[in-house]
Amino acid sequence: MSPDQVVFWVFAPISIGSAIAMLFQRNAVHAALFLVVNFFTIAVFYLVLDAPFLFAVQIIVYAGAIMVLFLFVIMLLGVDREESLRERLKWQRPAAIGVGIAVFIELLVAIRAGVGFAAHGAAAFEQTVNRGGNTAALSRALFTRYFFPFEVTSILLIVAAVAAMVLAQRRRPAITRAEQAMEANEEDEADTLPEAEPVP
Amino acid sequence: MKTPIAYFLVVSAALFTIGTIGVMVRRNALIIFMSVELQLNAVNLALVAFSRMHGNLTGQVLTFISMVVAAAEVVVGLAIIVLVYRRRRTANVDDLSVLRW
Repeated sequence: MSPDQVVFWVFAPISIGSAIAMLFQRNAVHAALFLVVNFFTIAVFYLVLDAPFLFAVQIIVYAGAIMVLFLFVIMLLGVDREESLRERLKWQRPAAIGVGIAVFIELLVAIRAGVGFAAHGAAAFEQTVNRGGNTAALSRALFTRYFFPFEVTSILLIVAAVAAMVLAQRRRPAITRAEQAMEANEEDEADTLPEAEPVP
Repeated sequence: MKTPIAYFLVVSAALFTIGTIGVMVRRNALIIFMSVELQLNAVNLALVAFSRMHGNLTGQVLTFISMVVAAAEVVVGLAIIVLVYRRRRTANVDDLSVLRW
């Protein structure tokens, strides 16, 4: 058994097990922690697949930033309340599991038809595609051929940051233009009144 | 690398399936959102595996961009969940039936 096979067979059960464990947790914090484990195993898969840059990004962005954000929101909404398991639609849970198994079988058929279970990756990936290091090769692709999509994602991030601020702030009720003008007038009067008082 | 690429794709398919079931079965909006994240990660894993199989970096670039999109999506989605919680004091999607006829 080669090293990458050992890594795969150790981490694949952890990956699927942690995902299933996430599914069965009633407490949202435990589910989030199992999801962190799952993200770590996916990062290890990236390493096996010769993508060390994405390995680092996966841990920093997903296991770090995104899951911290999740835990933060869970704390904000209160961790003590547990989900009620009472179903409104009796048939929904078995139907969901049935549909899920159907999706899995369909994906397996697609993998068998499209890739085949014996297909191996391109030989000498490290020497050809990742020449000079994965990070350098990836940035070469990102800043030449995929430069435009890369810049568009930066706009997306700005929009998301602004959207989060706009959505999450505590806002006053919306005011119309007429109300705004009225408020401005009142402020003007309030400004002028004290000056006008001493005159008479 | 001795492991066939299809093994990674099978793991990816399994994770995607678990995420799908999670979205359909769970009632807590946060856990539904986590299941969506799991699905996104499963697809990312498939993309990196395809990148390795075909011997080019397109899949890795796509994964990188999809991670950025996921970060933006999480920010907006969690803001919406917080907003709904503030207004209705619940994160249970069964209780959010205002739009139902």
